Amino acid sequence: MDRLVFILVVLAVATAAGLWWRSRNGRYTAIDPALLTSDDPTPPGSDLLGPAQLGSPLGSRATFVQLSSEVCAPCRRTHAVLGALAAEHEDLAHVDLDVAEHLDLVRRFNVLRTPTTLVLDAQGAVVGRLSGGTDRHHALAALSQLPASTSPASTTTATRSHS
Amino acid sequence: MSLPPTPAGIDPRGPRFGAALTAVLLVLVLALPAPASVVVLAVVVASFAVGAVRGVGGTWQGWVYRRFVRPRLAAPIELEDPRPPRFAQLVGLVITGLGLLLALVGVAAAVPVAAALALVAAFLNAVFGLCLGCEMYLLGVRLRARAAA
Repeated sequence: MDRLVFILVVLAVATAAGLWWRSRNGRYTAIDPALLTSDDPTPPGSDLLGPAQLGSPLGSRATFVQLSSEVCAPCRRTHAVLGALAAEHEDLAHVDLDVAEHLDLVRRFNVLRTPTTLVLDAQGAVVGRLSGGTDRHHALAALSQLPASTSPASTTTATRSHS
Repeated sequence: MSLPPTPAGIDPRGPRFGAALTAVLLVLVLALPAPASVVVLAVVVASFAVGAVRGVGGTWQGWVYRRFVRPRLAAPIELEDPRPPRFAQLVGLVITGLGLLLALVGVAAAVPVAAALALVAAFLNAVFGLCLGCEMYLLGVRLRARAAA
């Protein structure tokens, strides 16, 4: 009897953990815009990333910096989703970096899981991140939350249909 | 782009089906009394060892999937990189292997603890498609880099 109860408790804990994990996947967390514009001595605005660190040019509207690992299946699907978005929109860019080769970025932005996708604005400032496997819906939602001042040319792409 | 080229993909439903079989065995480990539970745990350890060396497709669970399940299913919508599930087998091997080793040197409580941890991971893999070991991989990389520095 005790054994059965223990098994049921273990399975209940696993179910709760699984539901929590699923609800968090692809969630976009924006950095507070007030922090981005404040003149704090160490503003997050100093977290600028540029072509030098990324190895490729920034998108004129936004750049997805995906941090992936070799042992991560959702990373492949996320790569396909973000790669397709960047291919469809001239003003978007997508960079996929291996965490093992970019531990500096992992530490700097306190990345705990793969895939984590940093969302950069036109200047290369990190304005938010997508945590976990990301689908098209999640990525578009993140783009819609970009601070308005950093997406001057977004209206042309927002109306283009792509199904 | 800096990721290495991916090897030939596998059907992602295979590892999840295998994890379901492993979960059933781990429930048995938790349900059975002492000598039998250690024997079943040893079977699980051996399965993980094969999976860690040969990949998930090389395990008996992979064989059962190909032989009995895959013929009844439609072709997979997408293929998956075989390395993440193989890494997960290695994580499972470490957890259950430690439990078995401790049980063999007399720490009987290690059997249910290891089986419960592995059951959570196998259950999450089978039901949610979540690879717990893969989620923890980055934490391991960070710790190792800190130790080396």
